Amino acid sequence: MSDSPPRLDDPLLESEGRYLEGSEMVLNLGPQHPSTHGVLRVVLKLDGERVRDVECMIGYLHRGVEKIGENRTYQMFAPYVDRMDYVAAVSNGLGYCLAVERLISVEAPPRAQAARVILTELNRIASHLLWLGTHALDLGAMTPVFYTFREREEILKIFENYCGARLTTHAFRIGGLQYELYDGFEEQVLAFCSMFPRRLDEYETLLTGNRIWVDRLKGVGILNAADCKRYGVTGPLLRAGGVEWDLRKALPYSGYEQYAFTIPTGRTGDSFDRYLVRMLEMRQSVRIIEQAVSRIPTGPIMAKVAKVLKPAPGEVYVAIEAPKGELGYFIVSDGSDQPYRIRVRPPSFLNLQSLEQMAKGALVADVVAIIGTIDIVLGEVDR
Amino acid sequence: MQAVEWVGELPQRIAGAFPDACLQCLSYLGQHFVEVPTGVVAPLIQYLRDHEQYDMLTDLTAVDHPKDAGRFEIVYFLYSFARNERIRVKTRFAEDHDARSIASIFAGANWLEREVYDMFGVRFSGHPGLKRILLPEEWQGFPLRKDKSILAMDQDWVRDHLHIESGQ
Repeated sequence: MSDSPPRLDDPLLESEGRYLEGSEMVLNLGPQHPSTHGVLRVVLKLDGERVRDVECMIGYLHRGVEKIGENRTYQMFAPYVDRMDYVAAVSNGLGYCLAVERLISVEAPPRAQAARVILTELNRIASHLLWLGTHALDLGAMTPVFYTFREREEILKIFENYCGARLTTHAFRIGGLQYELYDGFEEQVLAFCSMFPRRLDEYETLLTGNRIWVDRLKGVGILNAADCKRYGVTGPLLRAGGVEWDLRKALPYSGYEQYAFTIPTGRTGDSFDRYLVRMLEMRQSVRIIEQAVSRIPTGPIMAKVAKVLKPAPGEVYVAIEAPKGELGYFIVSDGSDQPYRIRVRPPSFLNLQSLEQMAKGALVADVVAIIGTIDIVLGEVDR
Repeated sequence: MQAVEWVGELPQRIAGAFPDACLQCLSYLGQHFVEVPTGVVAPLIQYLRDHEQYDMLTDLTAVDHPKDAGRFEIVYFLYSFARNERIRVKTRFAEDHDARSIASIFAGANWLEREVYDMFGVRFSGHPGLKRILLPEEWQGFPLRKDKSILAMDQDWVRDHLHIESGQ
């Protein structure tokens, strides 16, 4: 071996002292690799199968959402937020509407709040189903994805019947809802609720006790509660680390305090716990939906909101529990009809940052499992 | 509606812990924030984490005020699991000043500070690896600055890397 180790033109090796040792190599995972769920590029420094160093390269989907927000009126920006976490567009819209409503001191009427809870929880299930199907696919389980997409389709049909769109729904408006619930909405949602838990049991017979599945996830990518807090990691990852924390309970919004549900938690914070937490969350979502559907209040669906919104100068931060964690909006108003600054606090961005900690020392195949259980959507990471 | 003074035990303790710093504890729409000089930010956040149980950095971002002497405003969002409360720490400084990295206090600040650098061009001294995160490393300009038009982009980079002449 020569005295001066090779220096590749690679970000991992730029900083001093991070040369490749004799048996090490650099591998690019992504940005077009299917297991990276979109356009995530992970640069791995490998020693055989062992991961020595990790660096995430993100930004391939950056569209300047925050800049667009500064150049649109408050209402015009609302459809844009759907395009961040596009598998949970309803949650994005809810967070944005709540933040603007807080800024103008308006509250949506009770009927609108109940409808928002139902649609948001349906979206949480849809998001978790998409995660479950693709994550199982990553680990070589071909079957679940067909089942989960079958059930997800039922949810998307409800969205389509409600507002005409399936994915980027723009379901809510600042101050409430634009559309009244359609005839047969309750029946369709309840039919889904009675069918879905049995389907969840089916998924679990495929996966939860499956020896290969357990071997691939148990003890892989451990992130304990202290690390979660250090990294600002929220959502199912934090709960899998044993912290019983959910914004729907901690700082309730949109009437969540009326519904009985529990917060599932894990013990070790490994990938298997994250899988179990999400499975249990879907069951809790069904519980919430059933309660909400059974008592949708009557009344208006829209609060009194001015056509041209000019919030008083000031700033506000409002966060909701999106399927992936804490989704926050920080809006600064200068008194005009456009936000002076709008900052989106994306859960995936902060959750993904912990990949480095989780993947160091793991095997290459584990990295795929870890990325899968973080549950990222690059549209939200990059904005 | 104006931001009002934040009255309570916590703002008193904060003021007591930093008697020499001219910090202001304020509330707006029921949300609390503390405005501090730049040099006090890191000690204050350390204090909040170690003595007041604000154990998670939720977010960190910047706001650009190009007409003001203190052009950049950095906002730190802290959350306390034990108290179930949020607090914001805000600081303002001129364009030729650097902020101080808090990545050694909260590991999560690493990417958030890189994003602020990427979008606003604010440098964080003591950051373990300050470089762009969302935009390409060779990109010129900082898009979230207020004096950047929404249509402005690095035409040269687009031409050289994407081989698109018009920029559109």
